[in-house]
Amino acid sequence: MSIKIAVIEFPASNCDLDALHVLNNVLNVEASLVWHNQFKEKDYDGAVLPGGFSFGDYLRAGIIAAHSPAIDEARIMLKDGRPIIGICNGFQILTEAQFLPGALLRNESLKFICKWVNLRIENNKTAFTNRMKIGDIIDIPIAHGEGRYFTDKLKELVDNDQIVFRYIDEKGIAASDANPNGSMDNIAGVCNLEGNCLGLMPHPERASESILSPKGTTHGKLIFESMIDFIKRRRK
Amino acid sequence: MLWEVEVVLENKKAARDPVGETIKRDLLAKKGYDKISNVRSGQYLRINIEAKNEEIAKNMVEQMCNELRIFNPVTQTLTILNVKSS
Repeated sequence: MSIKIAVIEFPASNCDLDALHVLNNVLNVEASLVWHNQFKEKDYDGAVLPGGFSFGDYLRAGIIAAHSPAIDEARIMLKDGRPIIGICNGFQILTEAQFLPGALLRNESLKFICKWVNLRIENNKTAFTNRMKIGDIIDIPIAHGEGRYFTDKLKELVDNDQIVFRYIDEKGIAASDANPNGSMDNIAGVCNLEGNCLGLMPHPERASESILSPKGTTHGKLIFESMIDFIKRRRK
Repeated sequence: MLWEVEVVLENKKAARDPVGETIKRDLLAKKGYDKISNVRSGQYLRINIEAKNEEIAKNMVEQMCNELRIFNPVTQTLTILNVKSS
């Protein structure tokens, strides 16, 4: 039976086609675009909340989308143990829906930042990092104006191993120079307690084919491959 | 009766406010307003609401903001500035 993944579209999602392309053409799974108020969790093995914007990002990025019917469906999917990844605006939606802890604030520089960064894998037990080792470094691009991760429960996050990725420098150190947006503790991605929901500001769908990477890397693909492995293992 | 409720959303002190910091550092201080010790930015909502009295209007707005996360309690505070008949 083929693996079915929904790429959920909100008004102003704009990385939806990139995610769809990687899933369908690079990873050869059956992915489809689904409009947010038509998404039915029972039809899919997992879901992607893509980057871009949603509902003009009015009030706060992700808050209006967090009240969409898709989020009620996503809640059922997560409870059942199936994986959901939120990329960029998708991450903002997942925090506003309270599936993930913390919040994303405006970048400290107040500028939109679009560049390649290095991330360190901090937790390889999630549904999205099982193909990597702790301490591995991946190349991946960011593109956001509101990616400054903030939490009032940092110790809890560390204790529960919910920090999945940190921004690091060339030497592998989570230094302040390597922190592009002022995120607390250089956090680039976090997961839920169960490890089947991940949110990250960087864009793995833009780092899954060597032609798109300045260094010829395809590290973003590891995240989607991990997700697919996780789905396959659940089926056994 | 129709009431007008003014609501302000602000980042908590622990969450830095680069907008306020920039206004203070790169505008006010540079133009000689050196007596300004702090600037914090926020969002302002003016909500018109039908209610029997001022108290009910205020409570309804507070409840609505909490229920729908009009403010994000992780990062923001909510203050009702004023309630007046409109």
